[in-house]
Order: sequence, then structure tokens, then C-alpha cells
Amino acid sequence: MIRVVLPTHLWRLANTNREVEIQVEGPATIAAVLDALEEQYPMLRGTIRDHVTKERRDFIRFFACREDLSLEPPETLLPEDVVTGEEPLRVVGAMAGG
Amino acid sequence: MSGVRVLVGTHKGAFILTSDGKRERWDVSGPHFPGWEIYHMKGSPTNPDRLYASQTSGWFGQVIQRSDDGGKTWEPAGNAFAYDGVPGTHQWYDGTQHPWEFKRVWYLEPSPTDPDTVYAGVEDAALFRSSDGGQTWQELSGLRNVKGNLWAPGAGGMCLHSILLDPNDPNRIYTAISAAGAFRSDDGGQNWRAITNGLHSEYELPDPSAEVGHCVHNIAMHPSRPGVLFMQKHWDVMRSDDAGESWHEISGNLPTDFGFPIAVHAHEPETIYVVPIKSDSEHYPPEGKLRVYRSRTGGNEWEALTNGLPQSDCYVNILRSAMAVDTLDSCGVYFGTTGGQVYASPDAGDHWAPIVRDLPAVLSVEVQVLP
Repeated sequence: MIRVVLPTHLWRLANTNREVEIQVEGPATIAAVLDALEEQYPMLRGTIRDHVTKERRDFIRFFACREDLSLEPPETLLPEDVVTGEEPLRVVGAMAGG
Repeated sequence: MSGVRVLVGTHKGAFILTSDGKRERWDVSGPHFPGWEIYHMKGSPTNPDRLYASQTSGWFGQVIQRSDDGGKTWEPAGNAFAYDGVPGTHQWYDGTQHPWEFKRVWYLEPSPTDPDTVYAGVEDAALFRSSDGGQTWQELSGLRNVKGNLWAPGAGGMCLHSILLDPNDPNRIYTAISAAGAFRSDDGGQNWRAITNGLHSEYELPDPSAEVGHCVHNIAMHPSRPGVLFMQKHWDVMRSDDAGESWHEISGNLPTDFGFPIAVHAHEPETIYVVPIKSDSEHYPPEGKLRVYRSRTGGNEWEALTNGLPQSDCYVNILRSAMAVDTLDSCGVYFGTTGGQVYASPDAGDHWAPIVRDLPAVLSVEVQVLP
């Protein structure tokens, strides 16, 4: 079970809680977690990644275990502590503006 | 007695105001979708409880919301706006060609006959249609064949912000696009042509009478005379009596002919409303006086409507989708400001009062009359 923490606007949109639990089949990559997240909450499609290219939206960041994974390739495996549920993957609306 | 529902989209959420037919006391519901930009909300003419909303964010992109109970509850609908085929390119600020990129939905126009059919005007400029209540969207890409490679974004973005559906002819659609112009289709949106003959943009275009490139801010029609169009251009208020084949200026005695919205009285097709704004670089009313101007002669002769509106130190703007009329016997006129006020007049503009006054900046106003 992988824990994903969503920004306020997205957990409200998904009508769920700040932290959601995601089941991933196979290797727990960034892309696999996002695929499973969007499968569970279809209204989040297009809000984190582009519908078609699957590229991360500019002002979305992925943090885990005090590291910024935003610029890592989507096929990057998540840290062990995220895979075991010890730590969450945080989807963050980036700071923008003053 | 009939009721009135005012749908207000703001920079930080949606608000729904309701009143009875007297339009004196208003209940305010909201914010809905707090923190999101609500570019536009509009109800289906055949089912007033079916509402569509464009919810958008620089962080999280586009969401389309749909309500089937007049805005009490909402469900996210489809938000995949994929351009048809290879999107191609348009003119960029530096003169190079730039790929079409979807940014947001500016305007939603539900069908006059089918609550599940709705049109969406988007940035980068294109027209989409859904026939399943907003679940899926298909581009009517013929529009971008009208010299789309020459269109260029203006300061507000390259947005398709106005959609008019001819109530007498389901195949006739009008659209307007900032810094591109006005367009018409006579075959349900498959093929399009520019309807810009008579527009003159001396300060904006190298060829002031070019076929495309005019910065049209808003277009309006009266449903009883769909061939008569009114336009607020960047500068100039214009009129067409032949479905856009030709335009002539009707700015007349306006203090300035710059502005954003234009609206037509619900029962008097020759009565029109604009809100003059000082200039393209000073987006506020001239002299700090908020004045709606009304013409009862279809243009050229305008009177200032000031009763109840601030007449000193007022420096708000009224955006292109932020004015609407209701269809009660005494036509109500409504507009919202970037200062967060929504003003209403229950008597066609003679008297005004704020019906709410401290909202976030207002992006759009629509009105529904309820049974």
C-alpha cells in the first residue's frame, strides 16, 4: 500500500481525504503510482499530468523522503520507505508568486 | 412568482445568487470550488437545473463541473480537450510559429434544445463540442483553418470567448476570438469563415482591414433577430445587420469606445448596453465614474446610466463575460466588476444596486429565470 498526500484542491476535487492509499501492481515507479491514483480517482486525470503526454504539469512537484523527485524520469522507482508505506509520496502545488 | 438565479464566476471560486422576481433581496451561496478560477458558468435553456462550470487553475489545469440540481451539488465531468489531429502552429510574439497548446476553457454555451450538448470556447483558441453532458469533447477544427497560422495571442491570451447559437438555424454558429476576429459557420461547425468586413483596427494591425487579427472583445445578439449582431471590439462598438457579412460602427457619443462586454435587452432588440473603459492601457471607467451606457436606437445614440453606481473614485474593470440580462417582464441587467461587486438593475438600467459587493474579482455573470 502506497500513501499519497494530495494538495488541498485535489483531494477536495476527488472528494476524498488529504492522504489516500494506492495499490500498485508491479514496480512502484512514479508513473505507476500516478496511473493507479488516476484509476482510483478519474477526476484527477489532467490535473497532475497532461492527459496525452503524461508530462508533469509545470507547477506540480513530487516530494518523498525529503527529496524532490519532480525531475526524475517517470519510470524511477520510488524510495523503499514509500513502497513500504513508511513515508508518503507528496504531490505538491509548487510555490508560485510572492 | 418567478425566481432569478445569478451565476457568478470569480478569480477564486463560484457564487450563486438567488432572488424572487422582485430582485430586491438576494441569497448568496458559495464559494463553490474555493480557490479555483471560475471562468464561466451557464445553465441549459431546456433544463435550468443543468449547469456547466469551467473550473481552472494555473497549478492543476482544467476541470469541467456539472450540476443537475441548480448548483447545489456538482460532479466533475470530462476535462480532456485534445485538438483534432496534428494541432499545428500559430503566430507567436516573436513572429515565429508556436504549437497550439490547450490552457483553459473560457466560455460554455449549452445547446438551446439539448441539455447534454454544450460548446466550449478554449485557449489556445478553438471550439469544442460535447454531446454527452460534458463527459467527452470533440474539436470543431475547421475553425482553425481560417488562417489560424496567422492568429496571435493578445494580452489576455488567445482565447475563444464568445459563442452564439442561432436559435432559428441549428447549423449557424458565431464565435469570437481575441486578436483573431469573429467567425461564422453555416454547417454546424464543420466549415468556417471570418466575418470581419468593415472592422477597422488602425492601431492594432499593420493592415487595419485585415481578414483576421482584429481583437474582438465580445459579440451579442437578440434571439428574435439572430442576423443582427453587436460587437464590442478592442476599440469601437460595431453592428452587423446581415449576420456578420458587413459591420458598421455605432460608437456614436460614447465617452470612449473601448470596453469588454456588450449585451442586448431581453425584449427590445434595439436596446443595447456597454460599459465604456478609458483605454487599452487604463482598464477602468473614465473619470472614475462607473457608467453603463444604453442605446435604445441600436447604437450611435447613447445615454449614461448612473443611478446607484459609484460616480467617483471607481477604478474597477468589467470583463467581457461579466454582463447579462434576465427575461422577466421588466428586463434585469447585471454586471460584475474586478472589484468583486455584482450590480443589478431590475428596470433595464434605470436604477442599480449592488446585490453582492465583496467577492473576488468577477470573471463572468450569467442569469437564469426560474419557473
